[in-house]
Amino acid sequence: MIPGSTPVDLAATPAKARRRHLLDLEGWSREALLALFDTTDVMAQVMQRTIKKVPALQGFTVGTLFFENSTRTRLSFERAARAQSADVISFAAGGSSVSKGESLRDTLRTIDAMQADLYVVRHHAAGAPHQIANWTDAAVVNAGDGRRSHPTQALLDAYTFRERFEGFDGFEGKRLAIVGDVLHSRVARSNVSAWTTLGAEVVLCGPRTLLPAELAEQPGVTLTHRVEEAVEGAHAVMALRLQHERMASGLLPSQAEYRQRYQVNSERMRLAHPDALVMHPGPMNRDVEIEGVLADDPRSVIEAQVANGVPVRMAVLYTLLVGSR
Amino acid sequence: MTLTPKATLMDEQELGRALTRIAHEIVERAKGVDGLALVGIHTRGVPIAERLADLIERFEGRRPMSGKLDITLYRDDLTEIALQPVVRKTEVPFDVSGTTIVLCDDVLYTGRTARAALDALVDMGRPAVIQYAVLVDRGHRELPIRADYVGKNVPTSRAEVVKVKLREVDGEDGVQLLEHADA
Repeated sequence: MIPGSTPVDLAATPAKARRRHLLDLEGWSREALLALFDTTDVMAQVMQRTIKKVPALQGFTVGTLFFENSTRTRLSFERAARAQSADVISFAAGGSSVSKGESLRDTLRTIDAMQADLYVVRHHAAGAPHQIANWTDAAVVNAGDGRRSHPTQALLDAYTFRERFEGFDGFEGKRLAIVGDVLHSRVARSNVSAWTTLGAEVVLCGPRTLLPAELAEQPGVTLTHRVEEAVEGAHAVMALRLQHERMASGLLPSQAEYRQRYQVNSERMRLAHPDALVMHPGPMNRDVEIEGVLADDPRSVIEAQVANGVPVRMAVLYTLLVGSR
Repeated sequence: MTLTPKATLMDEQELGRALTRIAHEIVERAKGVDGLALVGIHTRGVPIAERLADLIERFEGRRPMSGKLDITLYRDDLTEIALQPVVRKTEVPFDVSGTTIVLCDDVLYTGRTARAALDALVDMGRPAVIQYAVLVDRGHRELPIRADYVGKNVPTSRAEVVKVKLREVDGEDGVQLLEHADA
């Protein structure tokens, strides 16, 4: 007998109503996230085998629509789709008609003719994936939109913590410190959603100019301008990439001063929980937002974060696609 | 859709005896325990494989290898079901290449689970032989698949449901034949 094969009246629910998206993490329950992590465990197992491929998504087509360049995120999604035998079509905005001034809607109309079942969308404008989800019958996964959100990054961060934190016994009572340019960071916003939903606390830390006060309105979130205060007792400390253009825009005094006041380094990590993990969503500026030796320290799980990208995205694609037809 | 009990196909004793007989047949055909592995298909194939391994250990003094297989990612009907099936871990803690694998499941029906399990197994390596043991064969095959070891052959209609209960999962042992009340 095939387990879980409960007969369901498919005709009763229209296809569009059953279609699920991953646009933000809001609306995903704690149980849904934990179930996704369990599925990720199985996908991680597949990626450790000699034959790193299962037929689970055979016959499905995944389209990657990257209106903003990001080779590693795109490759990670494509690997996740192919490892489950889905077909992949790729669309990169550079060198396409988008650069000739075509509107998002017209671009999508053209791409939609290829009949993908799911789109992975990255766009510099916040809300673009949500807009696309309104226009297509396909499922949509947000791979980063403006400063708004980057849900799969937050999922892989939380998954990495669950996998690597010594004696992990749940997210309750755990604290994540995120240090750096929170204002411009979709990674920070999505991590706030993911970790608070999972029952952890999040402390956001950065210079006044880069720390939006409204984030403190969310339950489970606190803000501080002092890195020592953020790191103290934290179970995970995440350094955010400092973009050089922030210096030019006058939001930051100088790199040297930033480093002195906000760099995540070995000395500051002494204040953290003894088993605290060091995280970075990449790409990193060594010795700017994170001390180089700390990035290579056993407490650092930066490489695990990258490696977990594929199984987490496999689980996301699987969860959204299976049962959607 | 309510299911009403129709008949008891096996009670606790009969189920135990069937497994004992299958365990003997497996050892007889494999001529011992060397290179023998019992792999249960989630959910109820898992305790069946473990019990067969226990029984074989009792007769032979050595326990064959055992493992658990989840075939969800290999199913051919994923697009036909609206509810998302739960994916569970596969635990096959040995190299399958060159081994004699006995796949274990509770009920053999269409044969599609066995087909998926074969694909999942050969992706892990190249077993020398794969055999198939089931507690109940209820007929209605949709694929050219047969079992090597069968606890009980039960002719059924498609409106009927064969429900295997095992201590480890259900708290009791037994096999029941149920019928859709509206059938």
